[in-house]
Amino acid sequence: MTGTTVTGSPITSTPTIALHNALIVTPDGVVESDLLVAGDRIERLGTGDADVHVDIGGAWVGPGFVDLHSHLREPGFEWKEDITSGSRAGAAGGYTALVAMPNTAPAIDAGHRARFVIDRGREAGFLEVVPAGAITMGRRGEALAHLDELWAAGVRIFTDDGDTLADSGLLRSAMEYLAERGGVVAQHAEDPGLARGGHMHEGTVSSRLGITGLPALAEETVIARDLSLVTLTGVRYHTQHISTAAGAALIKEAKDQGLPVTAEVTPHHLHFDHTRVETMDPDFKMYPPLRTAGDVEGMRVALHEGVIDAVATDHAPHAAYESEVPFEEAPRGVIGLETAAAAVLTALDPEPVMFFTMMSVAPARIASLGGQGQWIAEGSPANLTVFDPDPTWTPEHFASKSQNSPFRGVKLRGKVRATIFRGRLTHQDLE
Amino acid sequence: MQQDAPVQIMDGADVRRALRRIAHEVCERHHGAENVILVGIHTRGVPLAQEIAHAIADFEGTHVPVGELDIGLYRDDLDNRPTTRLGRTLIPVDVTGETVVLIDDVLFTGRTIRAALDAVSDLGRPAAMELAVLIDRGHRQLPIRADYVGKNLPTSLEERVTVRVDGLDQEHGVWIERPL
Amino acid sequence: MKHLLAIDQLDRPAIEEILDLADHFTEVLSRDIPKVPALRGATIATLFFEGSTRTRLSFEKAAKALSADVLNFTPSTSSLSKGESLKDTALTVQAMGTDLMVVRHAMVGAPHRVASWVDCSVINAGDGAHQHPTQALLDALTLRRHWGKLDGLRIAIVGDIRHSRVARSNIAAFTTLGATVTLVAPPTLLPEDVTDFGGTIASDFDEILPDLDVIYMLRIQLERGSGPVLPSLPEYVARFGLNRSRFERLPPEAVVMHPGPMNRGIEIDPAVADGARSLITAQVSNGVATRMAVLFRLLTGKAQP
Repeated sequence: MTGTTVTGSPITSTPTIALHNALIVTPDGVVESDLLVAGDRIERLGTGDADVHVDIGGAWVGPGFVDLHSHLREPGFEWKEDITSGSRAGAAGGYTALVAMPNTAPAIDAGHRARFVIDRGREAGFLEVVPAGAITMGRRGEALAHLDELWAAGVRIFTDDGDTLADSGLLRSAMEYLAERGGVVAQHAEDPGLARGGHMHEGTVSSRLGITGLPALAEETVIARDLSLVTLTGVRYHTQHISTAAGAALIKEAKDQGLPVTAEVTPHHLHFDHTRVETMDPDFKMYPPLRTAGDVEGMRVALHEGVIDAVATDHAPHAAYESEVPFEEAPRGVIGLETAAAAVLTALDPEPVMFFTMMSVAPARIASLGGQGQWIAEGSPANLTVFDPDPTWTPEHFASKSQNSPFRGVKLRGKVRATIFRGRLTHQDLE
Repeated sequence: MQQDAPVQIMDGADVRRALRRIAHEVCERHHGAENVILVGIHTRGVPLAQEIAHAIADFEGTHVPVGELDIGLYRDDLDNRPTTRLGRTLIPVDVTGETVVLIDDVLFTGRTIRAALDAVSDLGRPAAMELAVLIDRGHRQLPIRADYVGKNLPTSLEERVTVRVDGLDQEHGVWIERPL
Repeated sequence: MKHLLAIDQLDRPAIEEILDLADHFTEVLSRDIPKVPALRGATIATLFFEGSTRTRLSFEKAAKALSADVLNFTPSTSSLSKGESLKDTALTVQAMGTDLMVVRHAMVGAPHRVASWVDCSVINAGDGAHQHPTQALLDALTLRRHWGKLDGLRIAIVGDIRHSRVARSNIAAFTTLGATVTLVAPPTLLPEDVTDFGGTIASDFDEILPDLDVIYMLRIQLERGSGPVLPSLPEYVARFGLNRSRFERLPPEAVVMHPGPMNRGIEIDPAVADGARSLITAQVSNGVATRMAVLFRLLTGKAQP
């Protein structure tokens, strides 16, 4: 035994871990050091006795990634993914926490349903699964969900994701209710009338292909309307999967005005534009759709400048046979947990501090996850990601149950070498 | 495979003489040139057929109809050979009941002629079909023989025989390339 | 070339090669025995998930004139209605020894998806509002025969451009061959963004009439319903129909085309459709020779690209 007292953790036989040759990322800079993990805490920055020694060859070590937006499909759609397989995929992607979207069957609109998701996540044991709660019952947009029950079960982010809460009066009520508690209202911005019948971005490519398009306006108008309500209610507001440069401009303006507004962007919106749809491959079909090259550049700039706070995967698994149909018939969404970090590094080439901020610290703060997104320090929780920025690789096969990824066959830089959740190695790929 | 520089074995005058002789043989066999149709096989069979027709008009006074035939749609090797451009198939008269004399520049494996026989049969029912070639180089893969031959030229498989005709090429004559 | 999925796959020499082949096949079709053995032993399957007897028959005739065997798959009588997926249907048909599939589907990109699943060749016979390459080729052939060439021809395409795969394919084919194309339609029937589309827009049909060589009328798709895109049918006909008075204001050499089937008396006056300056019948008869050319081009010389 190491002889060290580990505070705050149940008695487990968690082996102590020593990481050697680490580049520890902190807001004050990058420190070359070893790292010792004992129990569920960081013991110290330095060497010591340990049960497991891992040489990570100069890779970055920072707070474990937090995903604000994952579809784990359980309960109700387990053939696409379940909480166990989704957690495993998350760990492989360097995640120590996932916010699970509530568009399951049944929707997460009541306390016991939220607790089900939390318990399943705990059983799986790979990372912290935090359910988001629906704003309205069944996500039908008609009546408010059991917001208090959900809050009591630990839900802090509320969204009807998959759909937009279009009824301005109902949205206002939800905002007023949650503003009081400090909850976050997150919006999937897709105006139903403007988006009707659309399968891809409305523009030159959709016109050439003869596919009904989804105008950028469908996102902008919802954000604009929501921001007016935020001004009125003061609620913490989060724009999910933002995709338009115009939408980002609205967020910037709101932040400049001091409104409590945050935003997330997906890795695929940092990489691909609408010309990909010419392949007719549903691995390029999602909401929001892939937009113009100008929007892709706009998203990169906005993320770099902090107008967009966080990267969120919108991990949306679909079984292979569901996508073996024409583009217009295929379901929307692509997986993303296992490629997110590499995609972000390849697209932005960020400094390590910025990288961990957008992948971990900022999303943890938005989701109010206390034990997550904390910069490495002695005594801080051992939720860590070891990320090697050097190797190039091409994703081919995924740990998720589903394989619908736009990154298949795309050369990416950067690999998750290890993930540590509450002091346990949940993933390693050290060659 | 490296080849020797081409050796000319017939010049323009030799070719002309051979074609005139073939023209005479055709008229001899058919007691004149009534009921005879000359059909040149694309590409070089066509001008050769025209030259034979001119010769017959010269010494017999008969105008023999000349047709052209592209066998590109009848070949047995369409899978492997590139799809070269098709030439025109146009026989100006009905072939049924007439004697069709197919004309080609070089007779080799016989497959082109086999295709030509099928093609003409699809256009009608000739009373008979005959074959005239400028060069017979041997190596038949099918039981096909020429009725009229300009020159017999025993060759090996590695050699290449080239016929060039006025109008299509800059020169008129027959060349053979031997391997080193 | 393994598949023909969209006209923009073909550059000018490639299109002209197919049109030249089509000329040869026209001669074959004029014979007493309109048949050649070129594709003997090949199996061609038609998979028409969207109804169209005329196009399917045209392909069938083309295949048979080349001595190929034909398999026809029609969804209403098949297991697709029992829920078999597009992919499984394609693989089943392929397993019967198919060398080439002709696919028509109501959804954009369906033939492309089929091409990604099978080893044999695929021809797009119409996918949603996207492309109908053989229609464009037979239309180009028709114009080439009438005018000698398409360079410099002033062509107007009139009608529901937004939902028309014929319009999209034809614009590409006509402009590649040197013609200029003007699109005439009300704003709600034009594509949302015409920046890359390849033609100029005119909303006043009458204004451009004296400067046209070819009027290509599209079928107004009544089964789509007017709904929010058209104010009313009579209004559309008044503004965009090719009636006799408009026809008379065309230059004397101008010709009229239509991909069929026509709504007589709606987008086109019946006398105009049947008149001497209509190429509509020629379009239909050129269809078989054009499709023979495409089948021949895709299934022979496989050793080369």
